[in-house]
Amino acid sequence: MNREQIDLIIVGGGPAGLAAAVAAYDSGVRDMLVLERDVNTGGILQQCIHNGFGLHRFGKELTGPEYAWEYERMAAERNIPIRCGTTVLNVSPDKVVTAVNSDGVSRIEAKAVVLAMGCRERSRGALNIPGSRPSGIFTAGTAQKYVNCMGYLPGREVVILGSGDIGLIMARRMTLEGAKVKAVCEIMPYSGGLARNIRQCLDDFDIPLKLRHTVTAVHGRERLTGVTISETDEYRRPIPGTEEYISCDTLLLSVGLIPENELSKGAGISLDPITGGAVVDEKRQTSCPGIFACGNVLHVHDLVDFVSEEAALAGKSAAEYISGGLDEGAPLDLKPDGKIRYTIPQRIASRDEDVKVYFRVDNIYKNVKIKVINGDKTIFAKKLAAAAPGEMESLTLTGAQLAECGDAKLEFVLEAG
Amino acid sequence: MKQELTCIVCPLGCALTVEIENGEVTEVSGNTCKRGADYARQECVRPMRVLTTTAMTEDGRVIPVRTDSAVPKETLFDCMAEVNRVKLHLPIKRGSVIIKHIAGTDADLIASKDIERGI
Ligand code: SF4
Repeated sequence: MNREQIDLIIVGGGPAGLAAAVAAYDSGVRDMLVLERDVNTGGILQQCIHNGFGLHRFGKELTGPEYAWEYERMAAERNIPIRCGTTVLNVSPDKVVTAVNSDGVSRIEAKAVVLAMGCRERSRGALNIPGSRPSGIFTAGTAQKYVNCMGYLPGREVVILGSGDIGLIMARRMTLEGAKVKAVCEIMPYSGGLARNIRQCLDDFDIPLKLRHTVTAVHGRERLTGVTISETDEYRRPIPGTEEYISCDTLLLSVGLIPENELSKGAGISLDPITGGAVVDEKRQTSCPGIFACGNVLHVHDLVDFVSEEAALAGKSAAEYISGGLDEGAPLDLKPDGKIRYTIPQRIASRDEDVKVYFRVDNIYKNVKIKVINGDKTIFAKKLAAAAPGEMESLTLTGAQLAECGDAKLEFVLEAG
Repeated sequence: MKQELTCIVCPLGCALTVEIENGEVTEVSGNTCKRGADYARQECVRPMRVLTTTAMTEDGRVIPVRTDSAVPKETLFDCMAEVNRVKLHLPIKRGSVIIKHIAGTDADLIASKDIERGI
């Protein structure tokens, strides 16, 4: 077995991993390695051939492969070593990374590790749709890979369950390639996707979006022949008597993404049950000193631009850690009230600098106020005209506001008004 | 006459309200920035969309492509028919033009990615 020592390992060569690597390099780290499981870098961007990426980061609209290319170029200009086709099997709490590729197994001792493994799609098994097991049922991302990277159209008559952005994008994509998308069903009373995607992916092609609907049965033996959909009540239960049969040969599932944290669990890192990702501080350091997390492995982002931003922060923090550690003051724990589902970071370790806190709400709200409370003092308040689960919000707490916190708990509360 | 639109120019997706009198846009509200107003004016006259799709290479692989500017929405399927007729010679450089004035529009179809010969 090969044994190596290195300053920094980055697990994952997608948008998060590449941005972390570039930022770590620019903060002085030279001895580093990016490990990527796929045969090339760029991660999910390579199959996201639609445009809409990069408006924040590059000030122009790019397709996924173009956005990836910008970072691939930056990494190449810096001669950052990347090992593709390499799967990380384990990360230990003392930062020994075990990886395997066609050359065999290697163990690499790192001073710091950035976790950037991304996320995975929720599959049919996680949904419990009754019925037989015909072919023709795909996650939207798998279908996207078939169409965009391999040139196969997985079906001709399509129903899509879930109105997340990948589902909406695939509705348009399959339509352009000649398939008939008969319906997009969404169990919630609102779509989980961006409003612009409802407009340009569904409305443009007269594809019906059926809110409060779900798939209650699949039909067919060898190949899918149709699905039964039903209306759902406020508790998301199907309402008997509302069943409708739609004939189709393909069902695409776009029902959520789950951060892929097997390695984090193996390293004994504390996870947040709401995000499914690590609990981190404002530097994106996990509960394991010297191990950082960023991108969709930390929490699922709406926009890759924000992934890059967060990953750059993690890369820079890893560089600081390598060159002498991070200061830790008296930590503050961020406690969302439930209407605010989660915050990133969950912990603020040092109170000297401004901290941007990202959060997501649990429902659609209009004219609300977000308050940050420490003890009996409201240290921050801001009005929001609208908030939706599909859009990540943020606020910035200044170093001065943080310095006056006497209590170790920062409560995040959403109120009317 | 009032019309409701969703701005598709950036991910914010502002809800726009457009006032139309005698077939002319007289007022746009709800937009956060100027691009939203421009979009609304165009959308009410002639909706325009950037097309992103794939094209086949001579060795049977696919490569991501897009139009370098928006094309009239009603030409999207004509553009698709044209893309689906090409077989691209390799290698191809990101940004190189694949079809000039696709489907008679002002836009060129360009490659979104570099692709080498036979890997
Ligand atoms: S109006 Fe401006 S900010 Fe709003 S969605 Fe359009 S481009 Fe974005």
